[in-house]
Amino acid sequence: MKKLVAGVALALTALTGGAAIAEAYPERPIMMMVSYGAGGATDFQARIVTMTAGNEDALGMPIAIINKPGAGGRVGWNWFATQADADGYTLGAYNVPHFIAQSIKGGVQYSTDSFEPIANWGADPAVFVVAADSEMNSMDDVVKFAKENPGKLTFSGAGLFVGHHIAALQLEKAAGVKMAYIPTKGGGAAAMKAVIAGEVMGGVNNLSDAFRAQEAGNVKILGVFDLERNAFLPDVPTLKEQGYDIDNASVNFRGIMVPKGTPQEVIDKLAASVPEMFKNGRVSKKMDAGGSPMHIMTRDEVIEMWAAREATLKELLAGL
Amino acid sequence: MEFLYYFGDVFTPVSFGLLLLGTIGGLILGATPGLSPTMAVALLIPFTFHLQPVQGLILLGAAYTSTVAGGAVSAILLKIPGAPANIATTLDGHTMAKQGHGAKALQLSFLASAIGGVIGVLLLIFLTPVLAQWALAFGPSHLFWLAILGVTVIGSLDTASVVKGLLSGCIGLWLATIGFDDIMGAQRFIFHPALGGGINIIAALIGLFAIPQVLTMFAKGRRNEGAEVIEVQKHSVLDAMREVLSRPRALSIGTITGSIIGLIPGVGGQIAGLVAYDQTKKFSPEREKFGKGHSEGVIAAEAANNAMVGPSLVPLLTLSIPGSPTAAVLLGGLLIHGIFPGTDLFDNHPDVAWTFINSMLIGQVLMCIFGLYVAGLAARVAQVPQSVMAAVVLGLAVFGSYSVQSSMGDVYVMASLGVMMYFLERFGFSAAPLVLGLILGPIAEANFIQGSMIANATDGLGAYFLGGTLNILLIAAVIASIVYSAWMELRSRRYTSKEEIMG
Repeated sequence: MKKLVAGVALALTALTGGAAIAEAYPERPIMMMVSYGAGGATDFQARIVTMTAGNEDALGMPIAIINKPGAGGRVGWNWFATQADADGYTLGAYNVPHFIAQSIKGGVQYSTDSFEPIANWGADPAVFVVAADSEMNSMDDVVKFAKENPGKLTFSGAGLFVGHHIAALQLEKAAGVKMAYIPTKGGGAAAMKAVIAGEVMGGVNNLSDAFRAQEAGNVKILGVFDLERNAFLPDVPTLKEQGYDIDNASVNFRGIMVPKGTPQEVIDKLAASVPEMFKNGRVSKKMDAGGSPMHIMTRDEVIEMWAAREATLKELLAGL
Repeated sequence: MEFLYYFGDVFTPVSFGLLLLGTIGGLILGATPGLSPTMAVALLIPFTFHLQPVQGLILLGAAYTSTVAGGAVSAILLKIPGAPANIATTLDGHTMAKQGHGAKALQLSFLASAIGGVIGVLLLIFLTPVLAQWALAFGPSHLFWLAILGVTVIGSLDTASVVKGLLSGCIGLWLATIGFDDIMGAQRFIFHPALGGGINIIAALIGLFAIPQVLTMFAKGRRNEGAEVIEVQKHSVLDAMREVLSRPRALSIGTITGSIIGLIPGVGGQIAGLVAYDQTKKFSPEREKFGKGHSEGVIAAEAANNAMVGPSLVPLLTLSIPGSPTAAVLLGGLLIHGIFPGTDLFDNHPDVAWTFINSMLIGQVLMCIFGLYVAGLAARVAQVPQSVMAAVVLGLAVFGSYSVQSSMGDVYVMASLGVMMYFLERFGFSAAPLVLGLILGPIAEANFIQGSMIANATDGLGAYFLGGTLNILLIAAVIASIVYSAWMELRSRRYTSKEEIMG
């Protein structure tokens, strides 16, 4: 009965109100769900990129961040896929490859089909780090050690089926070695602590966090898991340059999406205005100051990126 | 001594105004159930966008300091611990409030907080390099043994019977397994969508402590209407000071335990108060008074949880690693102004670093003054008729658990755990060991899994978990704690049986 009523209501709005909704949208403040805790990198960046939403040249209405953390983002995205209102007033932040990898692994109520991307704001590549006093100075040293001691090279990362894990799998595959990936609880910060304290021999971590740790003199960054070198680290070569066939599948893309079923007019309006909102000078200044790389992509580019990522990940995770 | 040089910056009109604002606001936020220090600081971050880096950090530092202490207000008056740090405060504090000594309990807690807090910040100022090494010394195997050490405390915590204490600890450990497991992502006991993220600790705290109390009040509310009016006794601040200073044992155990344990990334803040409370109880000659409104209990718990504030920032400020959720939020507050914690902070922005640390020092004192000022007034809460009080606490409990992550799921969790605890309490079980199990379970589990993964790749399980000085020391502490509890239990048993024979 409930479903029937909802269906009728939906049909009615679709018939009558579609165009009117888009013209008036947004009439009230918008909520954006972040599936990680307050203070984390995703939350931090989401707050910065949405801070100009209330300006007249952006959406004209402020965006409020609501955190629904838990289980590596699964709690928030489950909620977003099943319970969030598809009326354009509930946005969500996505992290690729996290949610795609989780949906391939199973046990969650979402997949790429559950969401409609709006725009991408940032791309944080994974990097390989070792402690500052480590004897390894390049990825070749790392791979050489792993070849001589199969399965004995321990390296940390923030959990399973997140960007760091994907990077680790790609490295093992490209170099043809077996290593011991140690997922930590408590995100990138805990994984970084394990490297600095010498609990593990190396680690995969976020470029922005690794950049800070290198500035503080605690780690060395040996390689970037991306297609090109990063502006923050012009001297660090990519894995590809060092002879390993690794693409950007592990890069942590962050952006905004809405639940499936949101009126097309609303999606179009958001897709047009949100990338412009990201381009605001104040936003890029704050993002730069925090060491967070920006990467603005439109809705069409994100749709393409999601599809490409899903294909790569399906292949990479097939053996697990 | 560099910090003295920057003391002037704290007292410029704008900075001091923000310090006052942060302190008073922090006390109010901290006293609101469900608003943990982490959330309070996160709520304030957007305001710092418009401030200078130094001013922004003063606001955040003051708020962090005073929310931790403010949590004691709801713990003592309403038996709702605002955060895990305040659990131990409820044990004796709320009992004191029920006996009409609410003003005294609040005064003691603010004084002990300030003393512990100031010492904690001084440690941060003088011993940062040493402390940073100590924070890094704890690897997965050590954290695992530390969690096990915490588990051994469960039996003796706030309960007459060791067996019942251990049983409720086990319930807590089981509850902790609910949800997606954090490392492998496996689903465990998720029979309702609200449980996907596991049991939220704040929602659980509110439910386990506040709801049984509400039900008890409702149960007897109508029968003897107005019969129980508690005389709220006035208590002079000077007396409170004398009382605190006459308990050097509780004060020093609280401060030392708080600052040492508070330093350990990921574990410290949550259990410092409980461990300090338990240690003080074990070393006190008036052991049997604990849990019945004994001042040592309040002093130890509050000295510990504020002593933790300074040291908990050491890993963040020196190594750029946030050691606690609140530190992670503060990291965001620093980054937004382009300041990277670590050597960069002290070398290139010493004004920011030291003004921030100084503001926490002054904040501790201000917090104490304001706290003492309102203590007498706030204690009158105990005079509110029980039927009204029950409704108010119930409202706050629902509000508090909802506001953690704006989710009705947490309200259901809070309510069902609360009802369960009501019945458990009638059979002599107690909430504190259960909560300790809930907190320690994930720490022990995650570190064991992580440690065993490292061990399997390197030198094997035995060598990894049993070798090394720190491991052996911790294991010795675990054994000592078990033997002590067993011996106390046997001794008290013999004692009661003898009495029974005599009687």
